[in-house]
Amino acid sequence: MRSRDNILKAVKENQPPLEVKPVAYAGSALEGDVAAFQRVLETIGGTCYHVAADESVSDKIKAVFPDAKNVVSVMTSVQENFMQFAANVTGHSLEHIELAIMEAEFGVAENGAVWLTEANSKYRVLPFITEYLVVVIDAVDIVPDMQAAYEKIGTQDYDFGVFIAGPSKTADIEQSLVLGAHGPKRMTVLIKD
Amino acid sequence: MEQHTKDHAALADKFNLDEDRVDWHDETLWWIRQKRDKAAWSLGDEWEPLREQASAIKSHTLSNLSEYLQEFEKSAISNGIKVHWAADAQEHNDIVHSILVANNIEQLVKSKSMLTEECHLNDYLKEKNIDVIDTDLGERIVQLAGETPSHIVLPCIHWKKEEIGELFHEHLGTPKGNADPKFLTNAARIDLREKFLTRRIAITGVNFAIAETGEFVVCTNEGNADMGAHLADIHIACMGIEKLIPERKDLGVFLRLLARSATGQPITTYSSHFKKPRKGQEVHIVLVDNGRSRQLGREDFRNSLKCIRCGACFNTCPVYRRSGGHSYHTAIAGPIGSILSPNLDMAKYADLPFASTLCGSCSNVCPVKINIHEQLYKWRQVLTTEGHSPKSKTVAMKIMAGTLSSPGFFSFAGSWGRKVMRVIPGLLNNRFNPWYKQRDMPAPPKQSFTEWYKKNHQQ
Repeated sequence: MRSRDNILKAVKENQPPLEVKPVAYAGSALEGDVAAFQRVLETIGGTCYHVAADESVSDKIKAVFPDAKNVVSVMTSVQENFMQFAANVTGHSLEHIELAIMEAEFGVAENGAVWLTEANSKYRVLPFITEYLVVVIDAVDIVPDMQAAYEKIGTQDYDFGVFIAGPSKTADIEQSLVLGAHGPKRMTVLIKD
Repeated sequence: MEQHTKDHAALADKFNLDEDRVDWHDETLWWIRQKRDKAAWSLGDEWEPLREQASAIKSHTLSNLSEYLQEFEKSAISNGIKVHWAADAQEHNDIVHSILVANNIEQLVKSKSMLTEECHLNDYLKEKNIDVIDTDLGERIVQLAGETPSHIVLPCIHWKKEEIGELFHEHLGTPKGNADPKFLTNAARIDLREKFLTRRIAITGVNFAIAETGEFVVCTNEGNADMGAHLADIHIACMGIEKLIPERKDLGVFLRLLARSATGQPITTYSSHFKKPRKGQEVHIVLVDNGRSRQLGREDFRNSLKCIRCGACFNTCPVYRRSGGHSYHTAIAGPIGSILSPNLDMAKYADLPFASTLCGSCSNVCPVKINIHEQLYKWRQVLTTEGHSPKSKTVAMKIMAGTLSSPGFFSFAGSWGRKVMRVIPGLLNNRFNPWYKQRDMPAPPKQSFTEWYKKNHQQ
């Protein structure tokens, strides 16, 4: 505790007189539409499909991933391959999952990201350890930018939350872009129109 | 541990031996700088207000840091996180080690944390026989090679793919001669996945910590921080005390700037918000001072604590691009490292503020508007006043000052200098004159301006 008190004392002594926090910058007039979201997601290596009101999400996934094995859904509305959360199942046991399907709360048009929390993925590691990730969002839940995103998140009490924008990637070897560094090699967003 | 006797200029000389490589390094970084420009311009009129906003939020935070640190501590503890405080690098390393010992752990995975580089955690743990695996691909590459990162965002930007192929052949058993980035990345993926699945402790850095909620945010493209943290029984997050921001909604500003400034991406693939430990998991945060409170008290330099470690100032810097990260002989290289490092050790890093042309490009790209080039200039004055400038330069400057302050001696020295240079040009154009290294001295004029003026305007 000595260091704590010493650090706080030194910081207090050395910090300048209080400067007021700026009035929050309102954010943009950027378009918050589905087309903008899709365009950005595709430029960062993700893929996007639309699910019409009379189509089923399960059928769409089967059409896009006809050969997928070890598929799990943690969405109650996709009952096929549904995986109930069980406290005794560790993240390690998910290592062979090829395709994981989950819902996100909303998408962000300016960067193609989706926001999901532990309540959506059930297992924290699932959206990272799966080979392919499918995320389902509603078209009406696309906000224009990050300011709007945090307005939507507000004071939500999650244990863990994450913005995911496209597949896992690296360009550490001579700036050559490679998809699938440690996480999913593909990231697919299904937009329910 | 770090041992260095050479200064930036001498180390840059070494880097400059291979001119083609310097060109390649220079062009690669400039390409990233251009991607940054495109990303910034894509926001049109919004970019500058965002920078203003980010800078002002950081000014406010620094002016109230002691309160925000306590607020953060309180919120984090109520979220079930254990909070530790470290005055310096040694204490930081000791805290991390004590957690390992308490849990009887000798192996761990670590995602990118420039703070742990600053504290030389890897060397420290190695001496205690702890096996640390860096999981960011670039960091893994330099770790296998026995090096440190040469760039805070692009750790192995100085490595060519053929060399990485050779390194992986040696360490991971990939086929000799295969230098395909996709193949090599996949080889590292397979190798590191086994590590993620078997290590019980994960260390990560922190990009932002939120005083209001006690959560912290870690940004990666690879997903390595998440793979490590979500599979480990214990997650240790190490952060400098300047990583605080007041409220969750402030992230809206910083996350719009960070990746665009760093690599030209609209956002990193993952922006993970760690608030409470996973069920059954232990989460520790180590808050590290290591000179930051001292820097906060230096009025001219406190703004350097606003840095969000995007690396934009590296990519744009004409000196960094042509001298390479290792020439800075410090964990955080580039322009920002050159204003942070002298705070840690003036004598050791006295050369760094001079490793700049003061062109100001760093300040122009900085997403939090740090006046980097002005601080470089101010550090030069502090270092010279404190007696840390090179002796030869001090003597030369004194002679220069004496000459310039005496008009008689100035014109005498000038006229003799011109004569001598005409008769024996080799006296200055030789390898003992550092000025001559990349340039010729100009031909001496026949007369000085004063002489010319006297001759032509006497009527």
